[in-house]
Amino acid sequence: MSEAMAVSPSMEHEHVEPNYIAIWIYLAVLTVFELIVAYAPIPKAAMVGLLVGLAWAKAVLVAMYFMHLRFERRTLAIIALIPVMLVTFLTFMLVPDLSTRIYARHHMGEVVRMEHALGKDISGPNPNVAP
Amino acid sequence: MSEAATVQPHVQHETAVEPVQSPLTPDSMGKLGMWLFLCADAMTFGAAIAAYGALRIGNMNWPIPSTILGIPSTAVMTFILICSSVTMVEALSAIRRDDQARFRKFLALTVLGGIAFLGLQAREWTHLIATEGLSIKTSLFSGTFFLLTGFHGCHVFGGVVYLSVLLLRGMAGKITAVKYGLVEVAGLYWHFVDLVWILIFTFVYLI
Repeated sequence: MSEAMAVSPSMEHEHVEPNYIAIWIYLAVLTVFELIVAYAPIPKAAMVGLLVGLAWAKAVLVAMYFMHLRFERRTLAIIALIPVMLVTFLTFMLVPDLSTRIYARHHMGEVVRMEHALGKDISGPNPNVAP
Repeated sequence: MSEAATVQPHVQHETAVEPVQSPLTPDSMGKLGMWLFLCADAMTFGAAIAAYGALRIGNMNWPIPSTILGIPSTAVMTFILICSSVTMVEALSAIRRDDQARFRKFLALTVLGGIAFLGLQAREWTHLIATEGLSIKTSLFSGTFFLLTGFHGCHVFGGVVYLSVLLLRGMAGKITAVKYGLVEVAGLYWHFVDLVWILIFTFVYLI
């Protein structure tokens, strides 16, 4: 135990430096790819998927090599992953709002949908119309 | 007596080891603090981008960004920011070796990159506001656009100020290889601003 502890600080001092120019070239090439994809005559869904994938690839490159996350203790990587997880969760929390809005667009709205589901009249006076 | 003598050093050893092995040394505290700040900041950006996505998907007729926004000039802005991240890591690696001249040169280049980015953004905003007549109140499209790019622009401005202060201290010879941590922490902020721009460029301009 104490032996392992004695080793880790000296390993931290041994500084590993990635090839920054290579990362720079990767990022530039990925940016050019993004521009090609954005203007390519491909289906919208494929384009969005590719662009999001490319953007995340670039973001991970920056975090891993420029922000040295790859060479840090794993605890720091976990700390950095927390907002990513929370934002993913937050995005999913918006799904009810989005799905009902899209529903309301295709049908006649929330009240009609609920009436249909419940099988009875639930609509009160319209608050948007002056009595 | 002899029993106490054998037990005592063992106890001292246990208590002496503990504080030395604490993961929070004064060196790592700044780095951890910056990472925690960046996590909080990432949540703000994440929430803003998620809200933008929700407004956009929930809208039937969202305009195609490239018909209004200038993609080529923004691609140049993206490239400038990526380059300034590279000059930042070069500055850090120079100060680690105590190469003062190289450190100052690359830090100055990083600041210049930030200023160039802000200049191009100011040009873009001026065009959109003065020529196209857009404002934050015009529509959801322009509102979310100005909010996201404006919030990011504030971060770039903050970074330029932050790095300029660091550069001035470096010019005064106050940053040495021992204090490379200051540069590393500033670099974390700068790379984060770059990282967020990569996502904004994709979500707001390209898609």
